[in-house]
Amino acid sequence: MNVLVILIPAALFLGLLGLGAFLWSLRAGQYDDLDGAANRILFDDDDETTPRR
Amino acid sequence: MARTPIAAALVKAGANDGAADNAVAYVRKEPGDCASLHLVVENMHCGGCVNAIERTLKGVEGVVEVRANLTTKRLFLRWSRALVDASTLIAAIAGCGYRAAPFDPYRLVSDRDDENKRLLRAMAVAGFAAANVMLLSVAVWSGGDGMEPVTRAFFHWLSALIALPAVAYAGQPFFRSAFAALRSRALNMDVPISLAVLLASGMSLFITMRGGEDAYFDAAVALLFFLLIGRYLDRRMRAKACSAAEQLMILRAVAATVIGSDGMTRTMPIQAVMPGMRVAVAAGDRIPVDGCVRAGQTEIDASLITGESLPASAGIGDQVFAGSINLAAPIEIETMAADSESLLAEIVGLMEAAEQGRARYVRLADRFARLYAPVVHFLAAATFLGWFAVVGVTWDAALMNAVAVLIITCPCALGLAVPVVQVVASGRLFKNGVLLKSPDGLERLAEVDMIVFDKTGTLTMGRPVLTNKAEVSPTSLRLAASLARASRHPLSRALVEAAGIGPAARDVEEAPGFGLRAMIDGHDVRLGSAAWCGMTTSTLPSPDSGSMLWLKRDGVAPVCFRFEDELRPDAVDVVRSLRSQGLEIALLSGDRLEAVAPVAAALCIDDWRGECRPNDKVGRLEALAAEGRKVLMVGDGLNDAPALAAAFVSASPSTAADVSQTAADFVFQGDGLGSLLDAFAVARLSRRLVLQNFGLALAYNTVAVPLAVVGLVTPLIAAIAMSSSSLIVTLNSMRLKLTDRDAKR
Repeated sequence: MNVLVILIPAALFLGLLGLGAFLWSLRAGQYDDLDGAANRILFDDDDETTPRR
Repeated sequence: MARTPIAAALVKAGANDGAADNAVAYVRKEPGDCASLHLVVENMHCGGCVNAIERTLKGVEGVVEVRANLTTKRLFLRWSRALVDASTLIAAIAGCGYRAAPFDPYRLVSDRDDENKRLLRAMAVAGFAAANVMLLSVAVWSGGDGMEPVTRAFFHWLSALIALPAVAYAGQPFFRSAFAALRSRALNMDVPISLAVLLASGMSLFITMRGGEDAYFDAAVALLFFLLIGRYLDRRMRAKACSAAEQLMILRAVAATVIGSDGMTRTMPIQAVMPGMRVAVAAGDRIPVDGCVRAGQTEIDASLITGESLPASAGIGDQVFAGSINLAAPIEIETMAADSESLLAEIVGLMEAAEQGRARYVRLADRFARLYAPVVHFLAAATFLGWFAVVGVTWDAALMNAVAVLIITCPCALGLAVPVVQVVASGRLFKNGVLLKSPDGLERLAEVDMIVFDKTGTLTMGRPVLTNKAEVSPTSLRLAASLARASRHPLSRALVEAAGIGPAARDVEEAPGFGLRAMIDGHDVRLGSAAWCGMTTSTLPSPDSGSMLWLKRDGVAPVCFRFEDELRPDAVDVVRSLRSQGLEIALLSGDRLEAVAPVAAALCIDDWRGECRPNDKVGRLEALAAEGRKVLMVGDGLNDAPALAAAFVSASPSTAADVSQTAADFVFQGDGLGSLLDAFAVARLSRRLVLQNFGLALAYNTVAVPLAVVGLVTPLIAAIAMSSSSLIVTLNSMRLKLTDRDAKR
């Protein structure tokens, strides 16, 4: 059962990583424009007027 | 004093309503050389629109940043002030066929966004905790007797370590609401939820400390997770309904052109316009504020305000209302104080009174909760007392069984039942061009047994159409239309529409309130009222009404054009179909009796009234409500707004006055009334699904609760029962989507 000492922290760490990623994406406004983002990939102009985020 | 928000909402910027002038008042100067502006682009529908707008604007020299948001239909612009200005940019947007109106992001109440994000964060934390605690719980359950007590205790402690902080954080929305309810000596659904979660985690901690077998940490967090999903869906739907309406209406910032004492004009937001200021209104613009005409003579289209289908003339000293359209000539108005005896003040007062009555409606889920919460509390208490006092087990064993009852009865399924149906239903309506604005609108619509329509703009198109085209010679029509092309008067436009493509006369003079004249081939040609064409009452063939135009040429007998406000194309069918569904139909109009009667006759409506003032309409609706009728009011004018607010449920077309759209529960788009039928169908279907879901939840409880009362429920059974009942309810709600697909086939 000693393997639990490694496995449980590893599982929790991965879970926390996912939670952290979600909270970050929420804060960074990834969900602000769900419809637009889906279409944006189809635009073929890639100039530098719109700053990268 | 500043103008009221309603007054601000009254003014709806259209294609040519001086968007560029408005925008200048809302440009924000930024540090350095930059300026920025937020716009709402109403007709931005797809990725192609976003691309077209962004590409065009990026091509303009001096533009630093362009970002369009398709979900909220907003556009953010930042540019270098030295190189370009706001009006150029707006002209560029208009050039690609989009209507942009400025709005003020700082007036946007961001509470709602914050609350949404808080719920989403709580949901994420609860989801993380539920998944990880479940991981440990499954190990404990499957380990069974083979698991050493030390390992089990270790797993329980780990679960506690994850679950307790998660409960403390993610449970807050429920705890707060339950606390507020208890403090006002009431019970809501959140009281049993909070009790179940807190008792389950507390008891589990107690058991863990004593090294016991059963801990309910997984149930406590899974409960929170499911309930937070339901709450978030509910919240998001409300926010979506409100914001869609608000962004396009209330938040659409509007500016007025104010004439200073030095004679200079400047543009300012209408909130900053003070009583006594002079405002210039160009021909064709909407009037931004209530006021008195101080200079100029014009005609005013007040169809949205009063329901009258024909324009009225306005001269010096006449009162004009925000939201009406100045048709003929530029005027100057002096702003009135907002609290004066205006039509607007009357309407605002009536609306406020009516809305208070509306607040009494209790949603189905809440009605259910009122019965459910006391029963749950009673059952849990009885279980505790039964085990402790009658059977005689220790207090903690008895409490454990009571907690099991609370967990089993916890309204997970109920918390999901209504929001999921609502989200699916509003999504389906939205696709069919109906915007659901109030969260309980669907529920109320399903109970309706009578419909009251307004006439102008609701049953009719709200614009005149030439009716005697067959009696008029094509030459006269072409001649009249060539003059009419110079005018924005509704009758002129109807004439042009009837005539089709043709030449425009040169040097046409317009006399506001009378008509048009021009010299064509050396002849004086006049188009307008009978008096304008030199006729006296004695020479008229029939009584002169406003819905006639006369064409007079030197030495030729005058030709008469008659106009009528036409019914919407599907009005007859829709009214017939609604009646066949057992709904009673009535008509309340602010228009003249002789204009209302033919419409009522065409639609076979016996119960009709004309010349109704706003308070007459409200009075009639209140009388109907007192008879126990549940009335759907459909109207578009400002004069309908109080009636819309007073009715059991209300709908307005998207061409309606902004205040009316704000007051209505549903806003439908397009030329037809057919979407009303669709809204009815969806409302009834979702009511049936909600009731079914309640039934399913009750059936589940009648099986599970006895098990919990007699102490047979283990944490494993609780977890399975909870998730499966939530899943079944959610799947049942999704059937609303299936029926939509069937209907499309």
